[in-house]
Amino acid sequence: MANSKEFHFKPLNVGRWIVWGLFAVILFVAPRIWTSGLAQTMLTQMGIGIIACLAYNMLLGQGGMLSFGHAVYSGMGAFLTIHALNKVGAGTLGLPVSLVPLVGGLAGLVTAMLLGYVSTKKAGTPFAMITLGIGELVFALALMLPEFSGGEGGVSSNRVIGEPVMGITFGPQIQVYYLVAVYCFICTAAMFALTRTPLGRMLNAVRDNPERVEFIGYDTHWVRFMIFAISGFFAGIAGGLGAINAEIVNGADVLHAARSGAYLLFTFLGGAMFFFGPILGAVLMVFCGVMLAELTQAWLLYLGLLFLFMVMYAPGGFASLILMNLRVAAFGKLGRIWTSYLALGGAALAALVGAAAMIEMLYHRQLNEALGPELKFMGATLNSSGVDAWFGAGWLMVVGIGLFELARRHYAQQWGAIQEDIEKEIKRREAL
Amino acid sequence: MSNSYALELRDVRKSFGKTEIIRGAQLAVQAGERVAIIGPNGAGKSTLFNLISGRFGPTSGEIHLHGQRIDGKKPFEINRLGLSRSFQVSNLFTRLSVFENIRCAVLWSLGHRYAFWKFLADLEDANDRTEQILEMIKLDRKRDVQAMNLTYAEARALEIGITIAGGSSVILLDEPTAGMSKSETKRFIQLIRDVTVGKTLLTVEHDMGVVFGLADKIAVLVYGEVIAFDTPEAVRANAKVQEAYLGSVLAEAHA
Repeated sequence: MANSKEFHFKPLNVGRWIVWGLFAVILFVAPRIWTSGLAQTMLTQMGIGIIACLAYNMLLGQGGMLSFGHAVYSGMGAFLTIHALNKVGAGTLGLPVSLVPLVGGLAGLVTAMLLGYVSTKKAGTPFAMITLGIGELVFALALMLPEFSGGEGGVSSNRVIGEPVMGITFGPQIQVYYLVAVYCFICTAAMFALTRTPLGRMLNAVRDNPERVEFIGYDTHWVRFMIFAISGFFAGIAGGLGAINAEIVNGADVLHAARSGAYLLFTFLGGAMFFFGPILGAVLMVFCGVMLAELTQAWLLYLGLLFLFMVMYAPGGFASLILMNLRVAAFGKLGRIWTSYLALGGAALAALVGAAAMIEMLYHRQLNEALGPELKFMGATLNSSGVDAWFGAGWLMVVGIGLFELARRHYAQQWGAIQEDIEKEIKRREAL
Repeated sequence: MSNSYALELRDVRKSFGKTEIIRGAQLAVQAGERVAIIGPNGAGKSTLFNLISGRFGPTSGEIHLHGQRIDGKKPFEINRLGLSRSFQVSNLFTRLSVFENIRCAVLWSLGHRYAFWKFLADLEDANDRTEQILEMIKLDRKRDVQAMNLTYAEARALEIGITIAGGSSVILLDEPTAGMSKSETKRFIQLIRDVTVGKTLLTVEHDMGVVFGLADKIAVLVYGEVIAFDTPEAVRANAKVQEAYLGSVLAEAHA
């Protein structure tokens, strides 16, 4: 080929180095900014969640495979890790604790290879149904094998074993955090790198048009299968890190369909169409699971509502919302709509406060009746059996929704106009 | 012997349920020939392409590619042996850019297979080949546009680009100019001629202008049988063809 002698110039991608550097810095300094015990526990869980959601998104966002059973692979990783940890503690396995999560990764990989061969033959509904079935199957099976899963009590272990390496015992939470942070950075980088390889790109092609892929020489089954196995590997690592963090693995928790559902839900909320979306999703997952759950008993209801609105109005997740506004900002037009955001935010807040007051009163009446009709809500005392509180909350919500709709119409107009301007600008630049 | 043919169909039959669509089709195409397959609606032209490219397996009969039997093989296996096809309705990777669409189509032929240990950006052979193809199909200025945002004619060009990108020696084009305006069609025929130089080409076409513009030989398919396979002049003169189907159409084309 004559062209193969072309001169190839690859500029250093400065932006990418900055982003990855920033990611490393955030991972490093986060526990120094938030130093409380709760914060460090949450940060550790976020690191684990990031690996799990990114692994899940290899299937959902990159490959168009909707899995309802990914907890199987993180769960098997967790179980094998905790057994390995016990063996290390008993002296029958010579492995430093920092490498034990890799056992989880291998467990996830092998499990995914065994269970994924059939399901990856097809995408779409058959794939989703098979993963759902396998998820239930493994869940039921694990509880039936108490030697492996410890039954309802789970399997517990101790991560402070063996000789400390450079003073690291993994006793304090902060040391576990940094172990997770290192794994999180490496796994994220590896999964990002994968999207830049022939296999990663063909995965996108399989997502978009599996039929055509077969006519350019690729076996779609094999592409899906390889990715499924790799995704199982990373999910297994996440499970293993979770096992080391908690020092206990309970099948009713790590293999439960709710865990699979959480991966799906938060990966979607974060933004499945963008590589970094699941990172946002994982942060949100831990935040909701810990903080929101602490704040209100009705947190799953709020989460469900959020999911509903995201599916309806922003199917690209938070990542797409951020990127669309960054685009507007890059063209210097964010100044034109930020007042609209204030109006939207204010109206939404009013509607939310009204709705939340009613939800909380309802929950209070159903669950805490013995405590009397009064409840604290955002610093105020509401009487859940009085007409006033209900009327006030309902009024606030209705007014909030009304204002929101007005603000939304105005905003939609502005947004459309800005997008048109941007299109024109792009055309103009192309013509140059 | 069969080795001298690029593509050979021997008594190929295909039934869907009780209906036999292809009834003993015979065809032997020499390497480098350009063949247009014509025939009335429902004659089985698209089905024939689907059988050759492996989308369906034939009920009976044999299909040979460069002397090697390919009937019953999977589409990707047939593609790896050097046969590539386009689709009547553009069949693209909609959310990938034009550049990525073409690059996906060159990867296998350059031996990159399922590699996950090397970066696409470093595959200079694949990137150069992709650039070449983009220039050939005149989409180099649209390289970063998502395939779903292309105009109709651009999408058709990309469809052809994906088909030829892997360097297959036998190219099947299913109605490449369907839905195009007269002037677009004219430009497009030239494009197809340019990108398929030295290759064996089979096209399904309705437009007689395209047929005479592209083909050295015409195969007439009626009710699942190839009733004539010859040069355009000979096919025009063929009494059986005129009787079955072509008379009126050819007369129009002549007028």
